[in-house]
Amino acid sequence: MKRTPLGGILILFAMALAMVGPIATVILWAFAIRWRYPNLLPTEWGMKFWWAMLGRETVITPVLTSLALTSIATTAAALICWPAAYAFARLSFPGQQLLLFSFIAAQAVPKFALFVSIAVIFLQLGLVGSFWGVVLVQMLSAVLFMIWIPTAAFRGIPPALEEAAFDLGASRLRVFLMITLPQALPALAASYVLAFVSILFEVDSALLIGAPTVTTMPLLLMTLSSQVIVQEAAVLCVLIWVPCFALLLLTRRFMTAKGIAQGFGA
Amino acid sequence: MLEIHDISKSFAGAPAVRDARFTVEAGELVCLLGPSGCGKSTLLRVISGLITADSGQIRIDGADMTATPANRRPTAMVFQSHALWSHMTVAQNVGFGLRVRGLPRSEIAAKTAAVLDLVGLGSFGKRLPAELSGGQAQRVALARCLVVEPKVLLMDEPFSALDAHLRKSLREELKSLQRRLGLTTIFVTHDQEEAMELADRIVVMQAGRVEQVGPPGSLYCSPQTLGVAQFIGAMNTCTTTVQGGMVRWYGHDLPVSLTDGEVALLCRPEDLAPHPQGAVARVARVIDLGPMTRINLITGAGDLLTWTCTREAAPALGTQVTLLPRRLHAFRGGALLALIDMPFAAIRKGALT
Repeated sequence: MKRTPLGGILILFAMALAMVGPIATVILWAFAIRWRYPNLLPTEWGMKFWWAMLGRETVITPVLTSLALTSIATTAAALICWPAAYAFARLSFPGQQLLLFSFIAAQAVPKFALFVSIAVIFLQLGLVGSFWGVVLVQMLSAVLFMIWIPTAAFRGIPPALEEAAFDLGASRLRVFLMITLPQALPALAASYVLAFVSILFEVDSALLIGAPTVTTMPLLLMTLSSQVIVQEAAVLCVLIWVPCFALLLLTRRFMTAKGIAQGFGA
Repeated sequence: MLEIHDISKSFAGAPAVRDARFTVEAGELVCLLGPSGCGKSTLLRVISGLITADSGQIRIDGADMTATPANRRPTAMVFQSHALWSHMTVAQNVGFGLRVRGLPRSEIAAKTAAVLDLVGLGSFGKRLPAELSGGQAQRVALARCLVVEPKVLLMDEPFSALDAHLRKSLREELKSLQRRLGLTTIFVTHDQEEAMELADRIVVMQAGRVEQVGPPGSLYCSPQTLGVAQFIGAMNTCTTTVQGGMVRWYGHDLPVSLTDGEVALLCRPEDLAPHPQGAVARVARVIDLGPMTRINLITGAGDLLTWTCTREAAPALGTQVTLLPRRLHAFRGGALLALIDMPFAAIRKGALT
């Protein structure tokens, strides 16, 4: 007879509740007009705050700014990092491991401190307060995901796959485009999404480099959260959460234990 | 057809292939045979162009290919790991070589289908490599090469990851296909049975060098170096000294017409024969292999001897036998000194003891 691990199931439920609970509360708040203690659910529902938020230019502009910033920064980082990752995976040169670990080292520095020192340099270059200054700094946040996961993905492709294509007459470029890239695509997509989401939520860079001219969505969220109307922050939160959740779901296939382990070179 | 001239290749100073030299005729299947690490795969990759040789020359149909990269050489290689592309269907895998050559879609489809038929996988075009068994995958890998009609087909231990039964049937299939299409083929293997079965000629490699080239039978019957003799088939090796035309062979004095000095006398297990006056040995094990029986023997001095005979001739365990070699391969300094056929009749008369 198989015993049902009741205790285990209860713990799992508790954990799920602890994780999903806050998100659920935020979602409820986004659609609530009146929700007072001791009611378990909102007493008055509606989209009022959605229309209010979406109609406000101070909300729309940061959202669009953020999307533009994040898309540009992530794509630019991908264009730089993916070929670098391929080089890390396929070439061997002195100092390779050191260089690879330096990306982690940079990631371990508190971002805020890093950005302060960057801000000093950017100030001299006139990049502070500019859109492109923020793009540059945010690309930095992408490096870890964009180097490590793709490096592992490229390493995981047996060289024989590329050799077979080359041997059958394909040029080096063609081998990369027709064999290597499709083979690595799931991992590359995952690295793109993870970098995208992490950049989208990145606050410090916009705060230090972009302010006051460049306002991003997380900055707006910070401002809203400190105000009285809970619903406004909740609406924005859901607005950000839905696309990110959808994107992360897409990477689920790659986010297996094996995939993550490979990401860290196992 | 294919000429390999003094090819050498080192990796970080360690020589992998040294002055390899042989030729392959059109329509011939040549096996590169040797223990792992002997440089056979390296040599194959040099022939394919995937790696460049440090020195030497490769000619295909008279044209110098030494500096030509793999994608512009008229060779195609089947890899040990089959190396099929998992994101493409079987048909796309097979059609790849034609696609990069810019053939029209309809022609690619027709040729792909024809080649898949040829390897017995006509209905598998739409499958993904993950849906294939090991044998099927290797056949697709072969089809992928055949479709581009290479002048030389290269195979790098293509069947070594498969189980023995499948390996044998694929071997048969390959051989008949190769004969039928007249494919000039170089087949790398460490399995001498595979090489003996497949090859028109075998190139035996050891420690990066080509030791001997010849048809399977000649390698077995007349190995030219000690290395080949000990690698191909089983041998009883007796290291001894010639003195005044006599050698001590497992405790028994034999007359040999060799100059004085150290000598390695090698004898095939099937070349031993019982004889009233011979080396004395005790039967330590009797292994009935079906078609023949293998007897493991221990001589008085503790040397091990292997003898193969018929089931009827097999002695009982623990009994003593006296044996003489019918044929000895004598080597000195690793090179063949003489092939000695012992005059049994003379021995029988007792004139030589």
